[in-house]
Amino acid sequence: MQPKEYQQLVQENLPPRPIAKNMLWAFFVGGLICALGQVVLNIAKSFERTKNEAAAVTLAAMILLGTILTALGVYDEIAEKAGAGATVPITGFANTVTSAAMDFRREGFLLGMGAKMFVIAGPVIVYGILSGFVVALIKSLVLGLL
Amino acid sequence: MSNRIGRRTLVFSKGPRITSRYTLVGPREGRGPHALDFHEIMGDDTLGQKTAEKTERLMLEIAIAKTLEQHGTEVHDLQFLIAGDLLNQITTSNLAASTHAVPFIGIYGACSTFAEALGLAAVLLQGDFADQVMVGTASHYQTAERQFRYPIELNVQHLATNQVTVTGAAAAILSFADRGPHLTHATFGQVVDMGLKDPQDMGSAMAPAAFQTIKDHLADTGRSLEDYDIVFTGDLGKQGSKMLRVLLERENYTGLERLQDGGSRIFGPGQAVGAGGSGAACIAVMTLGYILNCLESAKAKRVLVVATGALLSALTVLQGESIPCIAHAVVLEQ
Repeated sequence: MQPKEYQQLVQENLPPRPIAKNMLWAFFVGGLICALGQVVLNIAKSFERTKNEAAAVTLAAMILLGTILTALGVYDEIAEKAGAGATVPITGFANTVTSAAMDFRREGFLLGMGAKMFVIAGPVIVYGILSGFVVALIKSLVLGLL
Repeated sequence: MSNRIGRRTLVFSKGPRITSRYTLVGPREGRGPHALDFHEIMGDDTLGQKTAEKTERLMLEIAIAKTLEQHGTEVHDLQFLIAGDLLNQITTSNLAASTHAVPFIGIYGACSTFAEALGLAAVLLQGDFADQVMVGTASHYQTAERQFRYPIELNVQHLATNQVTVTGAAAAILSFADRGPHLTHATFGQVVDMGLKDPQDMGSAMAPAAFQTIKDHLADTGRSLEDYDIVFTGDLGKQGSKMLRVLLERENYTGLERLQDGGSRIFGPGQAVGAGGSGAACIAVMTLGYILNCLESAKAKRVLVVATGALLSALTVLQGESIPCIAHAVVLEQ
């Protein structure tokens, strides 16, 4: 049998992906995390002077939550059900950093944890900065600032 | 007299046997349907070690020590220790072997390692190069996850075709002693690569390798699947088993009801493990536990064990290489 023929055969025999179920889970868990963030933001607004400061408090609180849930071994279980609903919010970003830190702690603080902590989160940071730059450049050109 | 029939099947006329064995599995495997087939179930998945790598090494050392104990043999009475595992440079086996003053043959066949070891041990016995050979292997969910996939606690949603690495270790002594099942034939497989690239579906990638080895074995021996009470594939999982059936049906093989798969069986429904188990230990603990118990209790008289391995690495996956696969077969008889 030719590889192409077999690959076709595999495609025909793959189990269907439960897309509707996955989307519902992602919608509700992702929504729940965001709603929680909104609650924190509303509370933070009551004691912070500016909106930006309240937002910073909220981000820190959500990162802390993601980190704690990861350390307790719960976050990956949530993500198993919720998929992108758990990956996209900032709690998911905290999870990528914390899970890598926990894993590579075994190879030492310096060359293990220190070096590999951002092994999953790294691309997000790199391409986040890059896309931020590109968007800012376009904005500057459009507004004629350059 | 030739020790080979057909193109690639080896015959062991002198009757090497699996004369002692020991299997050790993690807690998750211990909650599965085959719990009673294993000799020891770990209370936790660390055994008090600081890292999972250390745990895996200790597991293999325990399996080796207990097998020696059961056999009433000292390590220096062995002529060879053949072992392998999933980690880079087969470090688990190397470190475990470093505690024993015995010639060591380290092998890598991914999840097919154990059948490869059994076949090689039988070759050494048949060739009068040894009269007692130890084989062993181990794998641990966390070490494999770290090396081949992602950090353990990372937010990943697994697919239904995904397999879970079995935490376990197994060892056995092959000799001419007067007990245990005979290892009568071995068919070492060729590498088969059908160009599949998805590391989340290794079952589909490995099925053609299992098919090739089964086909070669049956052609060489002139047997059919019906000549075996069980044809026990290793680690194809549910998806790979499905693909193997499709391949066998296309060429009109009969006796497909004899097919069983270690990866599909080791975990029960409700254990949320995708397509089933995998890992070097999977076929090893299932063969030495479940299959040998079947042979001992006469539930089966003759079994063809076909262990499959996906010979990928974390690097080749990222570089877009396809997954080369292999399957080795051994025949166990009462």
